[in-house]
Amino acid sequence: MPIISYLAHPQDGKKESLINEISQLSNCEVIPAENKDLLIVVTDTNNKEEDEQLKEKIEALDSLKLLAMVSGFDTPKNN
Amino acid sequence: MYTSLTNRRSFIKKMAAAAAMTAAATMFPGIVFAKEQEAGIPSGNLDWKKGPCRFCGVGCGILVGVENGKAVAVKGDPNSSVNKGLLCVKGYHQTMCIQAKDRLEHALVKKNGTYVKTPLNEALDLVASKMKETIEKHGKDSVAMYTSGQSTIPEGYVASKLMKGAIGTNNLDCNARLCMASAVAGFLTTFGADEPMGCYEDFDYADYYVTWGNNMAEMHPVLFSRMLEQKNKRGSKIIDFATRTSRSSAASDKSILFEPQTDLAVGNAICYEIIKNGWVNKTFVEKHCNLSKGLTNMGYGLEDNYSFTDKPEKINFEEYKAFLEDYTPEKVAKISRVSVKDIKYLASIFGDPNKKVMSLWCMGVNQHTRGTWMNNIIYNIHLLTGKISQPGNGPFSLTGQPSACGTAREVGTFTHKLPKGVVMNPEHRELAAKIWKVPVERIPAKPTYHTTEMFRAVDRGDIKFIWTQVVNPLVSLPRTSRFRPGMEKDSCFVVVSDVFPTPTTDVADVILPASWHIEKSGLYGNSERRTQHWDKMIEGPGETTPDAWMTIQVAKRMGYGDLFPYSEENHVEEIYNEYRQFHEGKKHGMAPLEVLKKESGVIWPYVDGKSTQWRFNAKFDPACSNGEDFHFYGKPDGKAVIWQRPYEPAAESPDEEYPFWLNTGRVIEHWHTGSMTRRISVLHKAMPHSYVEFHPKDAKALGIRNGEKVKVSSRRGSCVLPASINERGLPTQGQVFVPFFDENMLINDVTLDAFCPISKEPDFKKCAVKIEKA
Repeated sequence: MPIISYLAHPQDGKKESLINEISQLSNCEVIPAENKDLLIVVTDTNNKEEDEQLKEKIEALDSLKLLAMVSGFDTPKNN
Repeated sequence: MYTSLTNRRSFIKKMAAAAAMTAAATMFPGIVFAKEQEAGIPSGNLDWKKGPCRFCGVGCGILVGVENGKAVAVKGDPNSSVNKGLLCVKGYHQTMCIQAKDRLEHALVKKNGTYVKTPLNEALDLVASKMKETIEKHGKDSVAMYTSGQSTIPEGYVASKLMKGAIGTNNLDCNARLCMASAVAGFLTTFGADEPMGCYEDFDYADYYVTWGNNMAEMHPVLFSRMLEQKNKRGSKIIDFATRTSRSSAASDKSILFEPQTDLAVGNAICYEIIKNGWVNKTFVEKHCNLSKGLTNMGYGLEDNYSFTDKPEKINFEEYKAFLEDYTPEKVAKISRVSVKDIKYLASIFGDPNKKVMSLWCMGVNQHTRGTWMNNIIYNIHLLTGKISQPGNGPFSLTGQPSACGTAREVGTFTHKLPKGVVMNPEHRELAAKIWKVPVERIPAKPTYHTTEMFRAVDRGDIKFIWTQVVNPLVSLPRTSRFRPGMEKDSCFVVVSDVFPTPTTDVADVILPASWHIEKSGLYGNSERRTQHWDKMIEGPGETTPDAWMTIQVAKRMGYGDLFPYSEENHVEEIYNEYRQFHEGKKHGMAPLEVLKKESGVIWPYVDGKSTQWRFNAKFDPACSNGEDFHFYGKPDGKAVIWQRPYEPAAESPDEEYPFWLNTGRVIEHWHTGSMTRRISVLHKAMPHSYVEFHPKDAKALGIRNGEKVKVSSRRGSCVLPASINERGLPTQGQVFVPFFDENMLINDVTLDAFCPISKEPDFKKCAVKIEKA
């Protein structure tokens, strides 16, 4: 059950669109910076496949310039 | 303890988000995520309790969420005008260290080389009897206390009362000597009154922020974010004047690099240009300033028992002007490596009568063998142009620690200080004796040991008992390679109060388990003269006890009970009310405790129910009484002093054998010696160990690769660290930089114990080292 955090850099002027688009994806939380064009994205999925698919969905967003992973945790289901 | 899956996953998600926030903070200076603080807070009925942050001198207001007696969340206090709800990465995660597995929960007494868990009362009996016995055998000046700019106001106050009022020795100093003493000496010599005249609201009005050797993006991130906000909103400009390219440089409008120690010369060159171009505010200078010079070639305090007293001598403006002829931009450019154009540019910022300018500085200026002079020179620039004590116009000395101002400077936990004034002044001793109810003769008129000399005295065997509180000197002192063996000697009985084990507790004979910040009530005073109170929020583990109460208990055991009549439940309130008497009046009046309990801090002087935001300006400061627009009432004649201070070289400069400058400092993730922040996993993971930064050309010449282990050696000691090339910071060629937070890589074994002869503050920024592959 992977939990991953990313720094997501929006395209110029697209911060709000990126916040909206990522917020609509399941298993995703967005934390926008107050004073910079940068978002933190935390994903929480059931397995590696789902995690990969979610990452691909985020990377496909037009408003995204760059997605950089910061930390990852793979917690067992029964822990 | 059972933890549900939901709780655990939510905790891990929080950790993942925190790691990303930490990474973002190191990449983007001044970045803030206030909404996350609200969103990430656990649901339920949290009881939110207000207080100041535990870490730096900015003094951000925090709200701690308490549930079932545990601190479960921290957020910025939206009612605090300091941070307006924002916090930096350290502030946000601060309470995570409390539950560290190695927390000191009980007293430990060393018996036959082993620490034995001991009931606190028994340990305090031992501390009191040892202190008493040492005084009886060797005299009152054989015992010492070394406290902190992180001690609360009541903690500092009872330490001062015990040492100076009860025992009758001035053997009390604190770690603010290592960070703020030059600022104090600068304020006193120029204005006759300590602490900044302005406040943080200055950020909202200034057109320029000139930062002098100050990496605010990492050291004062919330204030830096206020500067960035004004930069974006009003087009204010940040000018970074430093010896190293840092995160602050990257976010500034202009970065100007100078050769270490030559800030003295550049400052004088700015004054030269201001006069040459007719930018002097003549009316202001004539009405409100005197000019003086002091002794020069003072030395550097490298020898034990060094002493120095300045001899001020009045000069006239023409003499000062003639002195500055040695500091033309052309001459200064040769020694400083700052271009003539940049020197003229800096001068033009201050010289423009239509621009408001703030100067900001901290350790780069203060930790300097001519730190007092450097503070004086910055004031000279502001006094010459009359840019002072007005909203958006002023020199602003920032503090490092949360109560360096409130405790170290205002309560006065330095050897020469009293809660009001100095031990040398008979009137100040009389006031202290009256409030403390002790014979005035008991308070000695002569200061004894400042910090460096105090630990030299331990090494020499002159001090035979020392009690340290809220401080980790065996990581933070300069030249720990001398002082660690000194503290290990049998000639001195060492008592250490702390929250966690440190290299200093390692040499203790008795370790006392201190309460952490929110496990006790207290008061701190920040950089803008703001006093902040908090109530105890949670119970501490085991027998942890507030330092103030342990000091009181020892005082009582030593027979001074009548001087310490405080109750365990209300001692903070009782002590503060006693202490307030020292500062009564328009110049330094402190707010009543009931006001502090209600407000998110109050700035002193607090007069007629109002904070004084800009001192010395008659529009804002009710203490001004000369009938003029400005009144520098700290000086008997109401005038500030423009000091003639020359450039002099550093105590130790690179040479053939030791060809590099060593500069030491801090990183955003860690608080000073790391004893707290290295126990906060997200901060520790973000910055797990120290490193040595190189300029890429130097690294290439030495054949050193990024991450490779190298040995940094001076004439005093050595330290092995991994190399860092063009990562967090970039030192100038010929210089290396090392953060000092890592107790496993003790860079202070390498530094030099040279200090400013006036302030006695050591210079951690300049000594000569050589580099070898390890």
